[in-house]
Amino acid sequence: MRPLGWLLLLLFPVLLMARVEVYQFDDPAKEARYKRLIEELRCLVCQNQNLADSNAELAEDMRRITYEMIVRGETDEQVITFMVERYGEFVLYRPPFQRSTLMLWFGPFIILGITVLILLLFIRRRAAERAESLTAADHERARKLLDDQQT
Amino acid sequence: MKARFLIPLGVFLGLVVLLGVGLTLDPRDVPSVLIDKKASEFSLPDLFDSGKRVDSATMKGQVWLVNVWGTWCPECWREHDFLLYLAKQEKVPIIGIDWRDEDAEAINFLREKGNPFLAVGIDPESKAVMDLGVYGAPETFLIDKQGVIRKKHKGAMTPQVWREEFKPLIEKLEKS
Repeated sequence: MRPLGWLLLLLFPVLLMARVEVYQFDDPAKEARYKRLIEELRCLVCQNQNLADSNAELAEDMRRITYEMIVRGETDEQVITFMVERYGEFVLYRPPFQRSTLMLWFGPFIILGITVLILLLFIRRRAAERAESLTAADHERARKLLDDQQT
Repeated sequence: MKARFLIPLGVFLGLVVLLGVGLTLDPRDVPSVLIDKKASEFSLPDLFDSGKRVDSATMKGQVWLVNVWGTWCPECWREHDFLLYLAKQEKVPIIGIDWRDEDAEAINFLREKGNPFLAVGIDPESKAVMDLGVYGAPETFLIDKQGVIRKKHKGAMTPQVWREEFKPLIEKLEKS
């Protein structure tokens, strides 16, 4: 009896998994499109999750709409337009390339450029300092010190 | 070159300012794309009488509010008294959309606490709610005489928001 109890307990999480709805498609191509779309659309409640990962109720509604639109034979663009018209471009996980997102696209490269520039300046100055500071007399002194230590 | 050791301090202060500003912004406050767009029409079953319908078309020619709410949402409880004030004292026409709710609970809630709504529609498929781009409750929309969405407020309606954002706009829209 006890092993059975344990088994039931182990199966308990499966009950929770069953909450995510399963949609039936008559056409595997449509299913693939559905999967791709819910990967690319953002859930607005849990903002760092896409529709595929989120189990917020809003995400559920948005998945349902996506499913219905695809089954009805609408294109990916139509689904995306539908979502953008209602929730704004924020709903797209992959931000479009336009004026308001220029900083988003170029910002990291600008920061990288500035960092490399500062690094180069720094290395240059270091190199200049070193070349200057070691004169023949310094070399002589260094050799003396090293010789002293060896004896 | 003496001031060199101040550079980390400068960077630190810069970061403090940057993060400080970041704290005052709300990432959930996504600007609505529907402002100044025509609100899509809805016709929803009435919460109190499933035989009747709550129709946005009947509000044409008025400046009115749509309030999306549910008894499950704490902020909706918080704003309820103020909505009552708006409806009773300021005579603002408000249509409610009860969202993802138990009908019986919603009816009880309105009976007990008072009903600020001209009519309440239920939206089991979230269709009207999605058309309004709602992603949380409560949300309040201001719609003008031509049926254009003029303003949206996310979260509980407060006297301050009302005074500063809604009231002046409504007065302007009423005149037009």
